[in-house]
Amino acid sequence: MEQVPLSHVLILSSCLFFLGIYGFFSRRNMITMLMSIELILNSININFIAFNKYLYPHQLEGVFFTLFIITVAAAEVSLAIAIIINLYRKFNTIDVEDTNTMKF
Amino acid sequence: MSIYSYLMLRFEVVITLIIFILLVLKLNDADKKEKSLLIGINIMLLLNFIVGLLPMAEGNLFMGFFRSNGLLVLQKNILNLGLLLISLTSYNYLLKNNNRIEFYILMLSSMLGVFAMLSSGHILVLYLGLEMSTIPIAALANFNKSMKNSSEAGIKLILSSAFSTGILLFGISLLYGAVGNLSFENIQANLQLNELTLLAFAFILGGFAFKMSIVPFHLWTADVYEGSPVAVTNYLSVISKGSVIFVFISVLYSIFSSFTDAWLYAITILSILSMTVGNLFAMRQQNLKRFFAFSSIAQVGFVLVGIAGASKIGLTSATYFVLIYLLSNIASFGVISAIFDATGKETINDYKGLYKSNPYFALILAVSLFSLAGIPPTAGFFGKMFLLTSSMGNGMYVLLAFAAINIVISLYNYLRIVKTMFIDDAVEVLPVVGRNFGMKMALAVCTIGIIIIGFVTPLFQYIDVLSIVK
Repeated sequence: MEQVPLSHVLILSSCLFFLGIYGFFSRRNMITMLMSIELILNSININFIAFNKYLYPHQLEGVFFTLFIITVAAAEVSLAIAIIINLYRKFNTIDVEDTNTMKF
Repeated sequence: MSIYSYLMLRFEVVITLIIFILLVLKLNDADKKEKSLLIGINIMLLLNFIVGLLPMAEGNLFMGFFRSNGLLVLQKNILNLGLLLISLTSYNYLLKNNNRIEFYILMLSSMLGVFAMLSSGHILVLYLGLEMSTIPIAALANFNKSMKNSSEAGIKLILSSAFSTGILLFGISLLYGAVGNLSFENIQANLQLNELTLLAFAFILGGFAFKMSIVPFHLWTADVYEGSPVAVTNYLSVISKGSVIFVFISVLYSIFSSFTDAWLYAITILSILSMTVGNLFAMRQQNLKRFFAFSSIAQVGFVLVGIAGASKIGLTSATYFVLIYLLSNIASFGVISAIFDATGKETINDYKGLYKSNPYFALILAVSLFSLAGIPPTAGFFGKMFLLTSSMGNGMYVLLAFAAINIVISLYNYLRIVKTMFIDDAVEVLPVVGRNFGMKMALAVCTIGIIIIGFVTPLFQYIDVLSIVK
């Protein structure tokens, strides 16, 4: 069976990465911004796994890195959601446009 | 594990022990005895600092994932000192807050992450340490839960730090593709300059620049600094920033040592931008915390001037400067927090006539501002001098010209506050702000440090002996 070449996987992950960046800058809802960050982190995971499988199949470093990224991302998102819930309860908004009490 | 390896891990072990003690105290409802609790915690932090001064041990642990050497021990000691001083200056704030133990648990967890990051010998540990040092800080920034400012600061910090981590990790994943094994030694040995590694370097640089709030990645800084409680702002501006500077230097000087030409170019541009933008924006700030946010951006620009030396003296002078910056900033934030806790005021105009009502605080703030501006008898002058010397040694004359101009601009910024305190008449006289023992000690240590360090030549020589550039 013919394998998918590495470049295809890398193009996929780069597209995901920049989609995530675009989403992070263009969305105004905090939850959606968090989802964009997840997209970025997942593109990185794809990168690691692809490099590991195609270039360095005799070791598992990329896979381990991916496991750690997933775990840390979960911690990060849970804290972000805790802060968002606090904002929502106290001020009834999760739109970044409304978090503008401080300006230069 | 032998005694020897415990000696190498002592910073981490002691901090972990303190965290456990605090967790047990929390379960026992020790929150109610405010004063004795806070005094106890400060004594534990003092012990932590003293343990750090014990004879050092060098070597690697966990198959090279953890490493320790003289310079790392010194850097950890500097940060430990900062932690102790911050804890002392935030005594009054914590006395009024009901969640003291959580505050310390979060702060110490972040410190543990800082230590892991500093000692890392593998990118995985560096990444974990970096995350562990920023995630608790976002919770701390949101510590005044009922204030909108504080929640905003929290969400801005966590979103921007998660985003910057994403950028950093993308770079790391490309680096992994290029070298195949992410231990520092292996990367340094196998890294070749080509398009892929250059792209990886650009992403990694971007990620670090976010964490150090270098222009053009600084947009989160001012808001987060302004919204957070003063103690947290202090921690962010001193310890988070200082530790990332240390790690950034070691990454540039060891991992990317074969890329020197490429990163010198990038560092020059980033440094010029940070100094100029930081100083120009600081000029129009009214809120003191916001002012210090831009001031810290400008100071990081100066550290980059030193890093551009790309040699042993770059490492020495940057470490030395971070020590001085730490003392000066903690002194200023100590004064700001004392006055804010007593009167709730934190804009520059409120400080009019401070010298008449609170001469002690006005003098200390003035000394620390002189040090930040780099006026000769204070340590800040020597710090900046060595940074510029380092850059001069590498022949970065354009950068030096910009640094010289910016020193003048920053002089205006800092002296504006000194003038407000000493010359302007008060519109509304501030009450005499009381000061407790911890605050007195912390401010005294900072002020004495600022005045003396510049003249203690052995200190600089000691750092110079410890700094080794491979």
